[in-house]
Amino acid sequence: MPWEPIVKASQSSALLANMQDYDQVRTHFSWDQARSELSGLPGGGGLNIAHEAVDRHAQGPRGQHVAIRWLGKSGQVQEFTYSQLRDQTNRFANVLQSLGIGKADRVFALMGRIPELYVAALGTLKNRSIFCPLFSAFGPEPIRSRLAIGQAQVLVTTEALYKRKVAVIRSTLPDLRHVLLVDEPDPLMRDAASEPHAGTVNFQELMAQANDRYTIQPTDPEDYALLHFTSGTTGTPKGAIHVHQAVIAHHSTGKLALDLHADDIFWCTADPGWVTGTSYGIIAPLTNGVTSIIDEGDFDAERWYGILQEQKITVWYTAPTAIRMLMKAGADVARRYNLASLRFAASVGEPLNPEAVVWGAQALGLPFHDNWWQTETGGIMIANYASMDIRPGSMGKPLPGIDAAIVRAQDDGSVRVIDHPEEQGELALRPGWPSMFRGYWREEERYRKCFNDGWYLTGDLARKDTDGYFWFIGRKDDVIKTSGHLIGPFEVESILMEHPAVAEAGVIGKPDPVALEVVKAFVSLKAGFEPSEALNRDLLAFARKRLGAVVAPKEIAILPSLPKTRSGKIMRRLLKARELGLPEGDTSTLE
Amino acid sequence: MNRDELKDIILSALIGVAPEADPATLRDNVPLRDQLDLDSMDFLNFIIAIHKRLGLEIAETDYPHFATLSSAISFLESKLSKS
Repeated sequence: MPWEPIVKASQSSALLANMQDYDQVRTHFSWDQARSELSGLPGGGGLNIAHEAVDRHAQGPRGQHVAIRWLGKSGQVQEFTYSQLRDQTNRFANVLQSLGIGKADRVFALMGRIPELYVAALGTLKNRSIFCPLFSAFGPEPIRSRLAIGQAQVLVTTEALYKRKVAVIRSTLPDLRHVLLVDEPDPLMRDAASEPHAGTVNFQELMAQANDRYTIQPTDPEDYALLHFTSGTTGTPKGAIHVHQAVIAHHSTGKLALDLHADDIFWCTADPGWVTGTSYGIIAPLTNGVTSIIDEGDFDAERWYGILQEQKITVWYTAPTAIRMLMKAGADVARRYNLASLRFAASVGEPLNPEAVVWGAQALGLPFHDNWWQTETGGIMIANYASMDIRPGSMGKPLPGIDAAIVRAQDDGSVRVIDHPEEQGELALRPGWPSMFRGYWREEERYRKCFNDGWYLTGDLARKDTDGYFWFIGRKDDVIKTSGHLIGPFEVESILMEHPAVAEAGVIGKPDPVALEVVKAFVSLKAGFEPSEALNRDLLAFARKRLGAVVAPKEIAILPSLPKTRSGKIMRRLLKARELGLPEGDTSTLE
Repeated sequence: MNRDELKDIILSALIGVAPEADPATLRDNVPLRDQLDLDSMDFLNFIIAIHKRLGLEIAETDYPHFATLSSAISFLESKLSKS
């Protein structure tokens, strides 16, 4: 192994890791016991995420503890104690009640990281409605498809986002009954001249009229709570459904994988538009009663170090792309800041390269702990822990309560577990943990296909070494991993195909030193169109307008024709092999 | 190079990354990322494009100067006058 393990010395610091001996905790762990660390709704009313995250702390000695400290883009700071957060989320639950929105109705949010997003999320959960966050950098098309598939009844967004992205698609969404617009926090961005938008109501006005007392109704642990969209190779985006008892896993993994202690100041840099920003940007820190820092701003090396220093962050959960950008800025910049408060740093989104793990130790004084999970798993499944030696480049070992294996599909359709160390196969998990997805919204068949022979098949290829550490190898399908997000090539290809000049489109992930992969599109043109710089730009603009910056291709290449199978399917793998200059493999089915 | 020329260079770098942008509607003092859909990779590519056009080294720690059009122009103006 080229990279030396990072050995964890026996702990001398005053604060011991929650899990001091991985093997021992794993042996004695049970989900029932993990459940008993939560309160449950009063009077045996079941289990509700928002009660565990907010109300139980608000009623107790932590009521005046800061739950969320929000840092605005332009330097504003806003704090919510647990008790203030209870009142605000009660108000939003009452707002939903007043609109006739109840159990299992879908409430979508499309906002940057502003306080109203967090209030809406937790208030929705109190009301037993299903909360679905959308990334604010999506363009109109990804927003439309997700609202339509999820049959959204309520959308909470800002005026600027509504005007730019929602107004144009509103008429195609008959289920969408209520659109609540949050005032722009930045006066510069407010459009004084604009009239109120037809068919929308003002969020702040509704909140001001609403009562701040609310009693959460009995919530079955299996009641639907969250809808998170993710992408597959083919077809439309899939809405993974999570239930209220997922909170058992959020809480437990927050303690074991992120080592959250009651007095921690925790910063998860992920946007709630992606599952990390909800499970660990909203829920896990609050159930653990810590102070959670939310930064509205975009990535900027000095801003981030400034936050780590000034907020005295103790536990930090971030992503490989950001870490690699910090590395580009250089260790010297890091060393100008006092990061002495930082005790634990973790990373998720795509495999963290060993250089980055080790760079953390050199530049920040502590290594990054990579971990692995997916939208479907709802919480961290495999991790490097505070007390366990790190093998740089490895995703670590399965959480207590999680059984993971490397498997291979057999010709007869069954699944064989590969016991042989170092052999590559598909990473699989034994179903039964509380935050496992319970379905894809209205897509029973696609859900069923994820399971075989008593295993959940993750679609990720990996191997396990002799000591039980798992190592990521790649995706089994054509899904693109970019900046920690999954992009489905089909979603991008479909939009490109709508451009009048495009005859065929194939989309791949092109390796990138910062983002792991970037979306690259190949298109061929219809008769009468000639390749040109201007057309290339027009295609790029078209894709970006429809899909938004995070989903649209960063590069488009125009080819005379695209490689296809005899049945006419675009061969993305061949496009990728050519892009990388790799052998093209078996091309016998080529047209 | 005067401020108008610098602005043209910045805008052409921006259009290269985000060709959907309409320069006529961009406000000089409002952050570009509030007016346009730019993710962090776009922002990085935007700065790399300026670096290529001007042959000027731009350190990561100077990236915040590119938040708005006017701050970017002022930064490049002072940087060029020193070099």
